Amino acid sequence: MSERTGNTVDSVRRAAGSPDEQMPFAELGMKRDEYDRVKEILGRRPTGSELAIYSVMWSEHCSYKSSKVHLRQFATKAPKSDALLVGMGENAGVVDIGDGWAATFKIESHNHPSYVEPHQGAATGVGGIVRDIMSMGARPVAVMDALRFGAADAPDTRRVLPGVVEGIGSYGNCLGLPNIGGEVVFDPCYIGNPLVNALCVGLLRKDQIKLATAPGPGNKVVLFGASTGPDGIGGASVLASATFEDESAAKRPAVQVGDPFMEKLLIECCLELYAADVVVGIQDLGAAGVSCATTELAAKGTGGMHVDLNLVPLRDPSLRPEEILMSESQERMMAVVRPDDIPAFMTICEKWDVPATVIGEVTDTGRLVMTWDGEVIVDIPPGTAADDGPVYERPYHEPVGQAALNADTPDRLERPADLRETLLRLLGSANLASKEWVTSQYDRYVRSNTVLAQPADAGMLRVSEVMAGAEPTTRGLALATDGNGRYAKLDPYAGAQLALAEAYRNVAVTGAKPLAVTNCLNFGSPEDPEVMWQFAEATRGLADACRALGVPVTGGNVSFYNQTGATAIHPTPVVGVLGVIDDVARRVPTGFVAEGLRVVLLGDTHEEFGGSEWAHVDHRHLGGLPPQADLDAEQALATVLVEAARRGLLEGSHDLSDGGLAIALAESCLARGVGATVTLNGDAFTDLFSESAARALVVVRPEAYTEFASLCGRHDVPCYGLGVTGGTSLVVEDVFEVPVAELRETHAATLPALFG
Amino acid sequence: MSAARVGVVTFPGTLDDQDAARAVRLVGAEAVPLWHADHDLRGVDAVFLPGGFSYGDYLRCGAISRFAPLMEELVPAARAGLPVLGTCNGFQILCEAHLLPGALTRNGSLHYVCRDQRVRIEQPATAWTNSFDQDQEIVLPIKHGEGRYVASDDTLAALEAGGHVVVRYLGNPNGSLNDIAGIRNEAGNVVGLMPHPEHAVEELVGAPSTDGLGFFTSILKNLVNA
Repeated sequence: MSERTGNTVDSVRRAAGSPDEQMPFAELGMKRDEYDRVKEILGRRPTGSELAIYSVMWSEHCSYKSSKVHLRQFATKAPKSDALLVGMGENAGVVDIGDGWAATFKIESHNHPSYVEPHQGAATGVGGIVRDIMSMGARPVAVMDALRFGAADAPDTRRVLPGVVEGIGSYGNCLGLPNIGGEVVFDPCYIGNPLVNALCVGLLRKDQIKLATAPGPGNKVVLFGASTGPDGIGGASVLASATFEDESAAKRPAVQVGDPFMEKLLIECCLELYAADVVVGIQDLGAAGVSCATTELAAKGTGGMHVDLNLVPLRDPSLRPEEILMSESQERMMAVVRPDDIPAFMTICEKWDVPATVIGEVTDTGRLVMTWDGEVIVDIPPGTAADDGPVYERPYHEPVGQAALNADTPDRLERPADLRETLLRLLGSANLASKEWVTSQYDRYVRSNTVLAQPADAGMLRVSEVMAGAEPTTRGLALATDGNGRYAKLDPYAGAQLALAEAYRNVAVTGAKPLAVTNCLNFGSPEDPEVMWQFAEATRGLADACRALGVPVTGGNVSFYNQTGATAIHPTPVVGVLGVIDDVARRVPTGFVAEGLRVVLLGDTHEEFGGSEWAHVDHRHLGGLPPQADLDAEQALATVLVEAARRGLLEGSHDLSDGGLAIALAESCLARGVGATVTLNGDAFTDLFSESAARALVVVRPEAYTEFASLCGRHDVPCYGLGVTGGTSLVVEDVFEVPVAELRETHAATLPALFG
Repeated sequence: MSAARVGVVTFPGTLDDQDAARAVRLVGAEAVPLWHADHDLRGVDAVFLPGGFSYGDYLRCGAISRFAPLMEELVPAARAGLPVLGTCNGFQILCEAHLLPGALTRNGSLHYVCRDQRVRIEQPATAWTNSFDQDQEIVLPIKHGEGRYVASDDTLAALEAGGHVVVRYLGNPNGSLNDIAGIRNEAGNVVGLMPHPEHAVEELVGAPSTDGLGFFTSILKNLVNA
């Protein structure tokens, strides 16, 4: 470790005196015209520290410069919603769930770090999203993860998947947050570009929302949590060594390392700080660390802030100011605190063994000023870094070959002769097989509010017991994430809508009313006009669908550059939907819960095999068009499901999606080991394996069937009695019979065989 | 008679303390929060050491917690007969504190495992299991990465001979010697187990079982009869 020499600080005074000094903006990923704009804003060249701030704040990751023009649709097309308390632009959106309670939730990607170092990459992905939720004033109450990997039998998948699962598990388990759902999907397109999208949901009282703002000149700026080390600052090292002749040239790890124990202390510490009302504004430190927290807090507050960077507690004393500004050390938060409240603030931090340091104060100068060894090294208008980043209208066009892809329909594929074998082949395929190997490594019970968890269609939590002494409520919270890259590849507009529709449906089948949306948009390079077309189409489709279904987007995240060479992943919009059930005791469990119940199919089935699991598993085929997204039908279906649950008409349910009715029937049998006998009335292959949307399977007591059917009729939801539950086999009359034990064996064997 | 008072200990990194307190309240007892840094058992009638990752478990699980100020009060009290139940991390702490013999090591699979586990009550004669029948089979969730019970041959023989094995796995999930899921001390007032009774006390939430209630009704009965 090199010692800090501190002789040459690139101060504002020095910068003014050396206007022509070459600054390594290109090495920091900044374009010439972007650098010129910084000079224009400042009226001089930036100091090294200022360049550090602008380069990270104007990066794609922090500024959304390529996606902004498209993401605006989520606001301009947003449906009218009384439930939205805080919309996009804050750390996470906040939704009114009734009885004085609010929920905050968000999904975020940690894709690239999880490829480089699967365990820490995935672990810190969980840590980051949890801090976003904490910074809204909420208690984080659950997590879930949407994961994508290369082919299940690819050697690199064997490296990446176990590490990612262990990372999510070790961080989330140690943090004490139940993992209540998510997805694991394999496709060769994700080899080299796995997707790790982590979602966290928190609960708070409606009047306790905290915001990232630094108002009130004289208020103190407190950095608390872990100390700052050289994590994730590869770029800053370039800058420091270029400016300061190798003083800090030691190789820095590019991936952050997580400490879930510190995060657990931070959660409890923050909740006590909120309860004591000693926090004026708060922001977590994620990407861009101190740079992001200071510029954003200052920009949203009175407008000015003075920070003495020497006061930042360091884990590595050789860090240069540029590196401190860019460090992505985990488990850190920044709060704005009234001077009189500082003693109380510090006492609470001490109780939880959380180090806390006053590093500056709010000013009314309109400038963010930072000093180092007494010299001013940063003096900028904070909004120029936080809000006024570059905005690009990237060119886009439909991919060459898209028409041919859509013309290559699955009609030409040979239909299977033996549907029993087809069912077992699909049920045992990596994408449809049991994910217990993954989910059994996550704690789903901690905090004892878990009503439903994987493999249920949606995770569900009881609300009333979350905080001691809070007003009791019968309400529950449901959450699901979905996304289908193959559908989106065939038609990104429809694919994004289908992702929303499935998550929305998954929430509704549990009896909860869908309320709000978060999304994680995973794409290739925005500099590729064909990828940009996929992005433009997907955002347009999602925004239109959100409006049609009346569920606003509350926030989310964009992950670009998921590609190796010129080959991008399938466009993969992952959509999370949050819903509320008025009486959580009325939740509808997944599958066939008892014998002697009527099995009812809701929704119509068309011959739709484009992008289907069957085409993928049996023919490795991807072509044609995805199933039609019929949003009116989705809404009617959800209305029926929620109302039927409220009236106590549903004993069990299951959404139809990948693999169609056949897989839904098999999974429903597996839920409690109860068989069923059903009869089809159309073409058996289409009835069983088509992936038409807006469908669900429910089981009702025979005596409740008439009332249920008339409810369906009132909402124009097609309703077909298929048969009855019971026995130890899944029997499809005149087609096949499979013992539930055989289904279980096939379903359970695949992942353990692959991953040990 | 006033409600029995059951202390629930919170170390930094304890996770299941709220769950344990709720289970205590469900059977009509008073849950008394106990803080690791206090030299004070607050006059409780029994103590529950919940699961979690105390101090992050970055060293051997429970190795730091045993030195907490509260433990300086708890260890002599337990030796003097105070009923103490440690689950998961709590069991690990009881072993580290030498209130129970043996140790919990990394699962045989090397994976953390969360599942609903069938177990058998081997010993109802403890402060925490007297509501159960001998050989009663119940379902409790387990969730741990380091739950493989190990001890020397002599210790194992003594545990078996003395009837100190309290709960045994049916279908060993972690490689524990003799399928041991829980044990007691000589007097029967101190019990440690890896499964989590506090997650199996309500129909609506947690494991699909309410079998965990028996541990909490047992301590009530024990205190009433004491």
